[in-house]
Amino acid sequence: MIYNEEFETLPREALEAIQLRRLKNTLERVYHTVPFYKKHFDKHGVKPDDIRSLEDLHKLPFTTKQDLRDNYPFGLFAVPMDSVVRIHASSGTTGKPTVVGYTARDIKTWSELMARTLMAGGATKGDIIHNAYGYGLFTGGLGFHYGAETLGASVIPISGGNTKRQIMIMKDFGPTILTCTPSYALLLAEVAEEMGVDFRSLKFKSGIFGAEPWSEQMRQEIERKLNLDAVDIYGLSEVMGPGVAVECIEAKQGLHIFEDHFIAEIIDPDTGEPLPYGEKGELVFTTITKEAFPVIRYRTRDISALYKEPCRCGRTLVRMERVSGRTDDMLIIRGVNVFPSQIESVLMEMEEVSPHYQLIVDRVEHMDQLTVMVEVNEEIFSDTVKNLQQLENKIRKNIKDMLGISTIVKLVEPKTIERSEGKAKRVIDNRKI
Amino acid sequence: MKVEQISVFLENKAGRLAEVTRVLGEGGINIRALSLADTTDFGILRLIVNDNEKAKKILKENGFTVGKTNVVAIEVEDKPGGLARILDILYRAGINVEYMYAFVQQSGENAVIIFRFDNLDEAIKVLQENGVTVINGSKVYTL
Ligand SMILES: [Zn+2]
Repeated sequence: MIYNEEFETLPREALEAIQLRRLKNTLERVYHTVPFYKKHFDKHGVKPDDIRSLEDLHKLPFTTKQDLRDNYPFGLFAVPMDSVVRIHASSGTTGKPTVVGYTARDIKTWSELMARTLMAGGATKGDIIHNAYGYGLFTGGLGFHYGAETLGASVIPISGGNTKRQIMIMKDFGPTILTCTPSYALLLAEVAEEMGVDFRSLKFKSGIFGAEPWSEQMRQEIERKLNLDAVDIYGLSEVMGPGVAVECIEAKQGLHIFEDHFIAEIIDPDTGEPLPYGEKGELVFTTITKEAFPVIRYRTRDISALYKEPCRCGRTLVRMERVSGRTDDMLIIRGVNVFPSQIESVLMEMEEVSPHYQLIVDRVEHMDQLTVMVEVNEEIFSDTVKNLQQLENKIRKNIKDMLGISTIVKLVEPKTIERSEGKAKRVIDNRKI
Repeated sequence: MKVEQISVFLENKAGRLAEVTRVLGEGGINIRALSLADTTDFGILRLIVNDNEKAKKILKENGFTVGKTNVVAIEVEDKPGGLARILDILYRAGINVEYMYAFVQQSGENAVIIFRFDNLDEAIKVLQENGVTVINGSKVYTL
């Protein structure tokens, strides 16, 4: 089923004509309203007028996470604050989050894209949507919520957590569509089993899962244990939030990018050169309809590939392959972006600690678990158990305060952390995904 | 009156304690007293040895994290109620014992117990005022 038949099945030529027109408008607007873009374009000797075809996009400089950070919090907004009706944020590398804004029209656009997303994942007006994405600064919860309402479905805004209660509500309210992270889907399956609730007795038809990396094997496990069709969704707050791309339930082979709103490119992460269809590289997005927070050639650091072969669902939109990794060292822990440098800065801020550390990521009972190993040096060592336990608690609390995630802190002997060429290996990701 | 104790950080895994005693033994260090405090994931080994500086050097060379703390060695009558009397004195004076452990050797007829206090000087003063024998460092290392 297709929510916006007209725009999702446009002939490529018509679609590309719309893209070019919208791109030109966006460039003109950011050049004149956002000082950063004017300076950035001028520095690279390019003016909005120089962009006469979609290929010309390559002449424009990239925008990076660092640029967003440098303009914290509202420096990249292209409209005055009185036109901004919503602010979201995601965690950044240095403690400061990445902040994005939406005008009323942006919210309307986003809501439509989420309605398209839900319908691509099998939802219709008559469905009850159990939305277990987190509500708050994170875009997941509210993105799905507005999409569900736009679609005309009934939404249960359950948010994350309190899993037993979620199962009870599933039994009593009979939701038909599940939206949450893939790892939470598996946790739901497990808790249901402990409670003696069989997912086959529930009414779910399909689920839309994302906000963290997962695999084809995980899809099969979710489909088997939850007795539903599972589709993958892609999005990031810098570009919009969820609803940038989604798999169709008909094919489940790659995620359709809503190209009437976003232009996607794949580049070589080292040289910045664009790569042809089918080749793996870094995903880059340009928004062409956003008002409050447009981004031009934003480097996502996500690794994917683009395919333009027609799809059996009828959509003419290009498809991106499931994201297979990152070009930086960012970890996604229970849907939260975590950079090792953030943990490092927490450790550095505690004056007595500047030790070697290592992050170990595991998936225990379907939930991500982050263990911070800290080598005990003479500065932090004490002869009493109490002092060392206080140190562990302090590290744990400071990380929780900064990143909002619970960790296990483990003190280890010096030289325990593996070093290669003198450099400690910072991250060991044991998750099988 | 103070006795120097060295402490070693150990992960809770097999063979670590044996490793400490082995390297010290090979270095000719004599362990006079020892106690291990552990939690589920780490342990702290406390040692009184005959040569602190040398023991520290050996342990560091073998990659251990080593600390140094001052403790007190007290003679306790080797009969029922001997220890209770001392703890009672400390309790009444409001002095908190962080931890304590027994010495292997006796000092004549009496047992020797190592005490770790937050406020060492105050503790020594109270003990001496109450007629408890506090053994000095140089004697402890050679007991
Ligand atoms: Zn399709």
